[in-house]
Amino acid sequence: MTRILVDGVEVDVPAEYTLLQACEEAGAEVPRFCFHERLSIAGNCRMCLVEVKGGPPKPQASCAVAVKDLRPGPDGAPPEVFTKTPMVKKAREGVMEFLLVNHPLDCPICDQGGECDLQDQALAFGGDSSRYAENKRAVEDKYIGPLVKTAMTRCIHCTRCVRFTAEIAGTSDMGAVGRGEDMEITTYLQTAMTSELQGNVTDLCPVGALLPKPQNFRARPWEYQKTETIDVQDALGSAIRVDARGREVIRILPRLNEAVNEEWISDKTRQVVDGLKAQRLDRPYIRENGRLRPASWQEALAAVAAKTKATKAEKIGALVGDLAALEEIFALKLLVEGLGSANLDARQDGTKLDPRFGRASYLFNATIAGVDEADSLLIVGSNPRKEAPVLNARIRKRWLKGHFPISVIGEQADLTYDYDYLGAGPDALARFVESAPTGSAKRLVLIGQGALARPDGRAILALAAQAAKKHGGLSDAWNGFSVLHTAASRVGALDLGFTPGQGGLDAADIAKAGALDLVFNLGADEIAIEPGAFVVYIGTHGDKGAHRADVILPGAAYTEKFGLYVNTEGRVQEALRATFPPGDAREDWAILRALSGALGAPLPFDSQKQLRAKLGEAHPHLLRLDQIGSASAADLEAVALQPATAWKDDFAPAITDFYLTNPIARASATMAECSALALDRLKQAAE
Amino acid sequence: MLADKDRIFTNLYGIGDKSLAGARSRGAWDNTKALLELGRDKIIQEMKDSGLRGRGGAGFSTGLKWSFMPKTPDPLRPSYLVINADESEPGTCKDREIMRNDPQTLIEGALIASFAMGAHASYIYVRGEFIAERIALQKAIDEAYDAKLIGKDNIHGYPFDLYVHHGAGAYICGEETALIESLEGKKGMPRLKPPFPANVGLYGCPTTVNNVESIAVAPTILRRGASWFAGIGKPNNTGTKLFSISGHVNKPCNVEEAMSIPFRELIDRHCGGVRGGSDNLLAVIPGGSSVRLVPADQIIDCPMDFDSLVKLGSGLGTAAVIVMDKSTDIIRAIARISYFYKHESCGQCTPCREGTGWMWRVVTRMAEGRAHKREIDMLFDVSKQIEGHTICALGDAAAWPIQGLINHFRGEIEKRIDRYAANPHPDPVRVAAE
Repeated sequence: MTRILVDGVEVDVPAEYTLLQACEEAGAEVPRFCFHERLSIAGNCRMCLVEVKGGPPKPQASCAVAVKDLRPGPDGAPPEVFTKTPMVKKAREGVMEFLLVNHPLDCPICDQGGECDLQDQALAFGGDSSRYAENKRAVEDKYIGPLVKTAMTRCIHCTRCVRFTAEIAGTSDMGAVGRGEDMEITTYLQTAMTSELQGNVTDLCPVGALLPKPQNFRARPWEYQKTETIDVQDALGSAIRVDARGREVIRILPRLNEAVNEEWISDKTRQVVDGLKAQRLDRPYIRENGRLRPASWQEALAAVAAKTKATKAEKIGALVGDLAALEEIFALKLLVEGLGSANLDARQDGTKLDPRFGRASYLFNATIAGVDEADSLLIVGSNPRKEAPVLNARIRKRWLKGHFPISVIGEQADLTYDYDYLGAGPDALARFVESAPTGSAKRLVLIGQGALARPDGRAILALAAQAAKKHGGLSDAWNGFSVLHTAASRVGALDLGFTPGQGGLDAADIAKAGALDLVFNLGADEIAIEPGAFVVYIGTHGDKGAHRADVILPGAAYTEKFGLYVNTEGRVQEALRATFPPGDAREDWAILRALSGALGAPLPFDSQKQLRAKLGEAHPHLLRLDQIGSASAADLEAVALQPATAWKDDFAPAITDFYLTNPIARASATMAECSALALDRLKQAAE
Repeated sequence: MLADKDRIFTNLYGIGDKSLAGARSRGAWDNTKALLELGRDKIIQEMKDSGLRGRGGAGFSTGLKWSFMPKTPDPLRPSYLVINADESEPGTCKDREIMRNDPQTLIEGALIASFAMGAHASYIYVRGEFIAERIALQKAIDEAYDAKLIGKDNIHGYPFDLYVHHGAGAYICGEETALIESLEGKKGMPRLKPPFPANVGLYGCPTTVNNVESIAVAPTILRRGASWFAGIGKPNNTGTKLFSISGHVNKPCNVEEAMSIPFRELIDRHCGGVRGGSDNLLAVIPGGSSVRLVPADQIIDCPMDFDSLVKLGSGLGTAAVIVMDKSTDIIRAIARISYFYKHESCGQCTPCREGTGWMWRVVTRMAEGRAHKREIDMLFDVSKQIEGHTICALGDAAAWPIQGLINHFRGEIEKRIDRYAANPHPDPVRVAAE
């Protein structure tokens, strides 16, 4: 720690802090545009100038000078920095004037208005009038993809977007062409950006040059009702803020959560919003003569109750989809078990994870933040760039720090970092297990669903546990065995034990023709239930599940209900309601409660509060918000001892199209456009 | 006046033999091994004692700069010497003559300087437009390699490789950190300092960037001794210097002269005097386009050295003396210089990117008279807002000519504005080549 005086206030800060951070520590406000905590230092906006005592007779860019670069005063006095002297004021006003001379005065038609750094800082630190009498510069707008609208005349060349794509996203999509006042920020030849994190540049842009295209001219920032919630598009549970106006979700922004997403979110998380409005199931439907017809709740529930009563318990089954919250999974489990059925499964992709092997066998034990600590990484059957782009950015961050060897078994994809490719299938994993240890003490073994969602998944799980055990992934201080899930509901469902009971059928068997007579489908849209069974679909979108349904009970999407989710690390988080479900749609747990009433065996709760109390009785750790319940590494020792004879087939990718992984995303026009572009790129690359 | 025996660049005009044999006959590579045997510390001490100040413009002590390099070599982070031959400062044409006509002085200097800094590889970054120079330099280097004067296994017993790299013609790449970026294959944009290149330079390794002339004079200084060099010129402004005199003199030329030679003597002796006699002198830009101009009465008897010119609010810079007689439209001249800086600004940081264009537009209007008198003060204020607020010195370099103009020729601008106000013409006057 180093002592430093800021405007006469003494603070103690780490020596590697920049002057800007030290000033903030001391409570002095320093304006900035180019500086960003998570990006490299550019020092090019020159807005953060401060005066350093004993330094050169000119102001210094506080973002670019470290506290340790300052020399102490005579007789060891701490170095002194001023942020309010006339020299600093003049310098800031000067820089602000320069920024504004070529910035258009179009705030009234700029979407950034109200949350614009330039606007705010011009008010706080700028002059009151302009002396610039020449013509302002105009810059042609660029096409940089379907998610980001550009108004390049507004650009102040802070290069945050350039640094983001180069450093965090790892795709180097953006750059500057030309020089001097003709410098323009663009992608090469105005191609679309290729990153799955590109939407973040709109948050980073301090002015209205890069704006979210789908939200073009939709609302002013002060008109939103802001709801701080979490995301379910992947299994990370990124912290988000849902901005709604009236009944409509307009946009989704990231929130800070150092343990999960830092401050990035993927494009799917951000721009899935239009999918929340399209293809919605807003009333119950009953299939009659092969066609679905709208029905009232009473009719629909009665139809379901009649069918249920007419079906033998062992011919009833239940599936849970990828977006369900703990409440409805719990309610469905109680309901189906109450009917006497053991045919439950939440693993529609067929993954062989099972709560019987212990909680550690299906969690991302290293934790997401643990990536920063790991000293080597083995990826098995996963493409984190598609399955969890934000996690991939974290891996890339760790890789950039150096001394982080990465090996990959499975799909050989561009992950934005270099890796050692060991092979495509279980053979390579077995070879790795047998190879000589590398001395790594904190290895992270990342196992994707591509390796586990196959008939020999259990053997591969055992192999992976052996790899972790033998190569520094399992010790008293470190558990690096990490399963990366693709579904937000999966860990929660496994925690609740939503898996086949004694003699019960698993998802693949439930879906088979003739296996069952009645299937309750809670939003499972990635599995095709073959003809035969009577399907009750509880979900949000007119997707695969609804097309197959005989009765549709319209539910609530993740922005429309209070719901608990457990992310891939086992962290319990709560999603909050930002808007109400459309039309007659209801929250899913309430539908199940109503259905149980219609069946004459009401579930033991009448409110969500009571439901959560019941849930807490059965699974206390699921009510501890933002905590990771315990998982015993000893379970993994047992997993490692299981038979590990796997097939020879290569691992298949768990996700083929990042943009279209769930019904909400498939209903989104924006995601469809992104998907088409990505497909096009693949085709071009193949040619 | 500098005696012929004290000249370092004895083939500056290319009259003699430019080859290695010719250079050797003039004394280059004469027992260089003995110079290296002085040892690193002694060489650096000699350079410090000689009082040599960097010839690239800033005038920082060369010996001191060399001493900043790490003393103990780190095998993972080798030291580099980078020689700045990106001579783009308008008016300056001294380094190209060295590379064209006396390249062995530079090559020998590169070996000695690299030895003094523990560098085994050195890069010469040649300005993109200098094609003949690049070819001549490469030829000279090949000759030196063939003669085993440099190379992995040379007669001096110090493995040393010298590479010629050419730029693409951007002025900013003459700034040392932008040069390093460009050498690394990136866009030529200056880096933030600190860290300084001696700490984190080329490829993140300790690097010293020196001007061609600073390096080329080093062998002679060591051969003839620091006291010889320090005996020429005035204290703190010692040695010989190449002056590039252009503009309204009868015989523009490059000449090696003693530091601190009075301006009048320099012009009269080597350039045949100012065109139309010294009474016809209007102003002089004494150090390349980026320093403030000095009006005739102040410059005429001023010693041409770093400290004397700083006292006049200007600087020696690269010693590119641009002489302007009374036929010069001084406002247009400065407007043209201002255009140059607007054109060459890299665009990285705000004050320079936005300010250079602003200044150019205003001063161009002033050259026609299409301006208000209050804009003179505004222009001066804008130039002050750029100066000292930028990452590199290009902002300063763009601001100083304007400040010099306003300081010394405000009356001229006001007269121009009045003249235009009395008889305005509707369209701006187009000026060729701008």
